[in-house]
Amino acid sequence: MSSPSLPVDSPAPGAWEELVTTALLGTDRRTLPGCPPGQEAPVALLDLAAVETVRRRAGLRPARAAERPQPAPEEPRPALPPAAARRLALLLADRPGTGSGRRGSAPDLMELLPQWLAAANERGFAPPPQALPALLDAARGRTDLRPAALTFAGPRAMWLARLNPDWRFALRTAPGGGAAAPPLEDPAQVERLWQEGLFAERVALLAAIRAREPSAARELLATTWGTERAEDRLMFLDSLRTGLGPEDEPFLEQALGDRSRNVRATAAELLSALPGSALAARMAVRAGACVAVDHTGDAPTLTVEAPHECDAAMERDGVVAKAPPGRGERSWWFGQLVEAARLGTWPGRLGGRTPEEIVTLPVADDWQGELHAAWCRAAVRQRDAEWARALLGSPAAPEAGGPGAVSLAERAKLLATLDTGERAEWVAGFIATHGLSEAFQLLGVCAVPWGGPLGRAVVDALNIARDAGSYPWSFSGVMGLAERCLDPSEAGRLDGLLAIPDEPEDASPGATGYWAESFQRLVTTLRLRATMIAELEGSEAVRT
Amino acid sequence: MTQQGVRWTADQVLALAPDAASRKAGSKLGAAGPWSEAGSSDEGTVWGLCKGSGSKPYQTVIDLADASGPAYKCSCPSRKFPCKHALGLLLLWAGGDGAVPDGQAPDWAEQWLSGRRQRAQEKRAAGRAGSSAAAADPEAARRRAERRALRVTAGATELERRLADLLRGGLAGAEQAGYGLWEETAARMVDAQAPGLAARVRELGSIPASGPGWPVRLLEECALVHLLDQGWLGRERLPAELAETVRSRVGLPSSADGPPVRDRWLVLAQYDVADVKLTTRRIWLHGADSGRTALLLSFGAAGRAPELTLPVGLALDAEVSAYGGAGQVRAALGEQFGPPTPTAIRPPGVTTAQAAARYGEALRADPWLDSVPVTLDRVVPVQDGDGWQLADAEADSALPLTAAARSRPGLWRLVALSGGTPVTVFGECGHRGFTPLTAWVDGTGEAVRLW
Repeated sequence: MSSPSLPVDSPAPGAWEELVTTALLGTDRRTLPGCPPGQEAPVALLDLAAVETVRRRAGLRPARAAERPQPAPEEPRPALPPAAARRLALLLADRPGTGSGRRGSAPDLMELLPQWLAAANERGFAPPPQALPALLDAARGRTDLRPAALTFAGPRAMWLARLNPDWRFALRTAPGGGAAAPPLEDPAQVERLWQEGLFAERVALLAAIRAREPSAARELLATTWGTERAEDRLMFLDSLRTGLGPEDEPFLEQALGDRSRNVRATAAELLSALPGSALAARMAVRAGACVAVDHTGDAPTLTVEAPHECDAAMERDGVVAKAPPGRGERSWWFGQLVEAARLGTWPGRLGGRTPEEIVTLPVADDWQGELHAAWCRAAVRQRDAEWARALLGSPAAPEAGGPGAVSLAERAKLLATLDTGERAEWVAGFIATHGLSEAFQLLGVCAVPWGGPLGRAVVDALNIARDAGSYPWSFSGVMGLAERCLDPSEAGRLDGLLAIPDEPEDASPGATGYWAESFQRLVTTLRLRATMIAELEGSEAVRT
Repeated sequence: MTQQGVRWTADQVLALAPDAASRKAGSKLGAAGPWSEAGSSDEGTVWGLCKGSGSKPYQTVIDLADASGPAYKCSCPSRKFPCKHALGLLLLWAGGDGAVPDGQAPDWAEQWLSGRRQRAQEKRAAGRAGSSAAAADPEAARRRAERRALRVTAGATELERRLADLLRGGLAGAEQAGYGLWEETAARMVDAQAPGLAARVRELGSIPASGPGWPVRLLEECALVHLLDQGWLGRERLPAELAETVRSRVGLPSSADGPPVRDRWLVLAQYDVADVKLTTRRIWLHGADSGRTALLLSFGAAGRAPELTLPVGLALDAEVSAYGGAGQVRAALGEQFGPPTPTAIRPPGVTTAQAAARYGEALRADPWLDSVPVTLDRVVPVQDGDGWQLADAEADSALPLTAAARSRPGLWRLVALSGGTPVTVFGECGHRGFTPLTAWVDGTGEAVRLW
């Protein structure tokens, strides 16, 4: 009997044990007291056992209660509107893994969960308690979902996670939820955790302090810097990326002399991201010496004279002396100099030209790729919008879509330095000229939801792609992004695309049907997103 | 009754799904996209056209007010029941965003509905006539029953011999003998037309491999099989009620011939127990006025979901008839007088001590009973070593959860719902412990399914 409950009023203590022992050995080997041996013994044993079994079961009593848990903390947030709670249950019921290949016209609910969570968090709702296990499971399976899911899951989920080892991750990742939650207000406790904590706890502590008060984190790090192991120094140093500012320079400058090469390189990288740093200025001097305007030809041309050696000072400033296989040493050093050099010094070096004018100058001897790529890296690192704009060029320019000096990956990074409106406008212009096949990366850096010109550009381009007769899955990436990112108010614009038109003669067989299906899914998903938001707003009957 | 009033929640709809894959597929179809001409009527009918991969959309119609539980019809080729289209349409309807407006059923739906309702009516009429028809040849029926009783008696006698041999040689031998030994005996019981005995014998075969403490469990179950054999062989001397219980435990067909009880029945729980050959769906009902708890069983052959599905947390205005036998909770669903509706009915709860006592009392009428349905009032799920228990909020006593309940995701929904504070829990309480099936906060809140 698995129940720990106790039978009551057992008439003869040990009688049941006696029965079990006799049953195990067999009545041929052991005689049950009070029972006749021989043919009748097994039946007599079964009779007794039947009485005992029913007696034992009928006499079951509750067990003693184990120690009660501390109740979960109060949930201060208001409960979800009923319709939104139902929607959450639906989204969580749709787990990945059982899907078939083709997507059909139904929305992919799992893809909508992140948006739903973000919207619910914005409005500060609490989840229904019974949804917490599914939420924690979803967050466990998808790390990208964790921050939003755990914020939404709230204090009761942390309480729950302490009871189930499967959900331990939540204690580590949750904002302010875990055992490693740094008690930032208490200097003594911070000091103790910093001195005695596990590495992961210390990293979390440093990150938490850095997020709140950058200088305090740097000062804390400085107290033990000399005694930390090299790998740990590297990780700690990396935490300074958050909130990096000019006041970090002295510490970083000192780290340039570190014993570990990786620490030195990271310190140099961080310093070069500070446009006003001495390192950025030193690099600018070195890089400037390599680039000049040559006026001897028909038009001014940039000439590049790469460095002939990588001296100790350069190495101290983070230049890696050994080139990777397949790269020339001199161009390798040159790229690093330009990348770390303060961008603001170039106009002065190059005849007072603006970044835009500098970027349009021809470059002699095939150095253009190397030079522009390095400028791109510098613009991204120093978050310099003016240079980024210059390097991006016009979205409608022919080289923007094809192989040019600046790759699409670099363009995506450059776009990230622009504000959201300018970014969307540039990408819209790009799509209008070059279509969608190259736009995926660029769309990925645009802010959500896409409204206005960007949304229109994407829909128009999809329409054009359909008319061109290819299959929609060539655009499945963009289609998927559009489902998640297009402003739901654009759904009406798509109505005209839902019908299945006559198949053009040169089209791929069946393509029009698949396109209609894809647009159907897009519209359905947009409507669903609009409904989701309306449900969270608490308006019951909405129809977009 | 207003349209909004009869809408179900998504949870209740998803509970109708025969398996996880249908649940997933159905939730994808629960959005307006593929649907057209959808509508619903006050009588609990929902219909719509769903665009599939073919050119002709599928026609889907659901009758929630059918006398024998929800009925579905879809022109899709799926053999799942209900199919994903029916689930999707119900979800769309449950979403309540106007995608399924009130209306008049189109001809194709109306045809099916009226056909169904008419057939159901004819069947009821035939049922009434049938019982008298059966009585028309009582002599033949009596001869058939006698022949079967003889075979069961032969089976029970053989099983008694088999048990005596086992006890003579000792249970220790059973561990080595393995499963095959019992499989043959079970087959003999099937031949003897005693499926109840066959099932018990099969269970005996699985006990030696069931982990620590197996000899005690094996002795208990052998003793109860012996008790059942003896009950059958001496059934003439038993009180009528107990004799009826023995007959149904042995596996003789019994019928739901109790008087129909019309009540508002809250659907407390619904879950499936599957073995290789058969899926058994257990549905617990609680009558608001009668205070009765009834168990509906529905069966599906291997791999197919049982037909009857009811939405947990809603109430049915329906008639229910009990099966014969002492302490019998099994019943059959009779006529349904409207679609299931939301309800605030909640069964009254008891303490853990009262629940244990209730099981003990029930054993008097049916010593083979594994558990009784019970609602525990104000209990807190508490971790107890590797196990869990439900502890009274006000007293120092607790019921351990069954091993099966400990390994289910529903356990965590229960713990999350409670958050360390008292909840009301409906479940099955027996010698293996307590199996929670449904819970409410404050005894009145939303019914949360745990199984």
